[in-house]
Amino acid sequence: MATNSNVLSIQDLWAGYDGDAALESISFEVGTGSLVGVAGPNGSGKSTLLKTILGLLRPWRGRIQVFGKDVNGSRNRVGYAPQSEVVDWDFPVTVRDVVTMGRYGRLGLLRRPGAADRAAVAGALSEVRLDELAGRQISELSGGQQRRMLIARALAQEADLLLLDEPMVGLDATNQHELLELFERLRSRGKTLLVATHDLSCVAACFDLTLLLNKKLVAFGPPGEIFTPELLNEAFAEDLLMLPTEGGVFVGHHGHG
Amino acid sequence: MADGSALLTAGIWGWIVDPLEFEFMQRALLAVVLVGIVSAVVGAFVVVRGMAFIGDALAHASFAGIAAAVAFGFSIYIGAIVAAVVTALGIAVISQRSKLRFDTTIGVLFVGAFALGIVIVSRQENYTADLFSFVFGSVLGVSWGDLQLMSALGAIVVALVALFYKELLFTSYDATVAAATGIPTQLIDYGLLVLIAISTVVALQAVGIVLVIAMLVTPPATASLLVNRLHYIIFVGVAIAVASAVIGLYASYYADVASGASIVLTATAFFVAALLFAPRRGIVPRWLLDRERAREFGR
Repeated sequence: MATNSNVLSIQDLWAGYDGDAALESISFEVGTGSLVGVAGPNGSGKSTLLKTILGLLRPWRGRIQVFGKDVNGSRNRVGYAPQSEVVDWDFPVTVRDVVTMGRYGRLGLLRRPGAADRAAVAGALSEVRLDELAGRQISELSGGQQRRMLIARALAQEADLLLLDEPMVGLDATNQHELLELFERLRSRGKTLLVATHDLSCVAACFDLTLLLNKKLVAFGPPGEIFTPELLNEAFAEDLLMLPTEGGVFVGHHGHG
Repeated sequence: MADGSALLTAGIWGWIVDPLEFEFMQRALLAVVLVGIVSAVVGAFVVVRGMAFIGDALAHASFAGIAAAVAFGFSIYIGAIVAAVVTALGIAVISQRSKLRFDTTIGVLFVGAFALGIVIVSRQENYTADLFSFVFGSVLGVSWGDLQLMSALGAIVVALVALFYKELLFTSYDATVAAATGIPTQLIDYGLLVLIAISTVVALQAVGIVLVIAMLVTPPATASLLVNRLHYIIFVGVAIAVASAVIGLYASYYADVASGASIVLTATAFFVAALLFAPRRGIVPRWLLDRERAREFGR
């Protein structure tokens, strides 16, 4: 893959908190229009990886390049949707208010949103099909609508690389399906998505690339190639239940999964 | 009949205007309106971010500066501001650099500052009434000079909130994503703490250390029961605060009670009314709706 088509390029990345490593020697490259599932058990460094790419956490060593630049040079092109449970859903803002926040980084200090910003917000809202709920207070949204609003904010930012932290958690099948369709639409428009999830069945079925993480990068490639009992065992250790079936391996989670 | 209503109008007019013949009442009215506006603007952020404890703490911490100012003979306002701002930044830095919880740090620092104030006061042979006018508030003692200082500080606070509103909003709602989009969230957080510190000092003389927190929290909390966007909470909060200030001041004049407490009680009355009767979020409308639904389903 030619270097200039790389959206994201990470080399020998080490990062962690308070002296404890959460990521050890991670290296990989992602090309334009990829839909990457970042899978691993809890505490495997999925969120840390996203935060390090966003520049919220300084790596101990290693190099991260987004669109060929370092984090500060490409801030506006990287969008982030945090885990839904860390968001304050009782905060007094409407859906449109939140999506408009996606414009703030481009606006810079002291400038107020103008016509171009309102147009970008309207576009993002219709992309995720929330136009009709734009005036609602965010506490009135359902789980699926919440996730789509957080993605719309990243779209309003006109980000080309989207980092989504556990967008599928707690959604029913219909809402998951709707979200996956959105991912597909975004990818077809040239966006690149990195989606952290601990739901392996979802990764296997819907993403073209899977990054198996357990502090170290266990495997990176098409799900069909890397979903082998050996690699899954290495990533998930005792968290998984694997049953050989006729067609391959059934993967389930121990406990609540 | 026309005479009667004219008489009534004249009576009400006199009731409103008469107290203002005293210059101290004019100053007091301006002071409480100013305090209401500044406190509600900053207080909206205090309420939506759950920072009530720090507002209370900074008011108490300013006591150290007031005591030092009285003991060593410099401006009480300068003493109060330095003490409140230093405590605010101390809380911010310590809670960030250590593993202590934010509220633990607040609890340690503000009582420490307050104790320092008591130590300074206890060394004084005869501490003046000045000192205690700040503890319990004495809006009738506000001078034109005080008023000028309060207006200048208040104008700075309101202007900064207006200028950096979108950064304050984003940081308050979702600091992580705000930081990721390049907003200097740490600077915004420190700045907000300094604004809270300054607005507590603006309110000190009018309502007193113990009641400052009510000016910060009660009107925006009432507004948050009525409207659901942050800037609406600010506007409605300001309206409620100004109404409480004016009504409370007149009530204190005619009933001859402490003005700070009278203003706070008026604001509290607005809060209770909103809690009970706010459309959608009030206790009574929600209860009525529940009863109606139950009846529809034949229960």
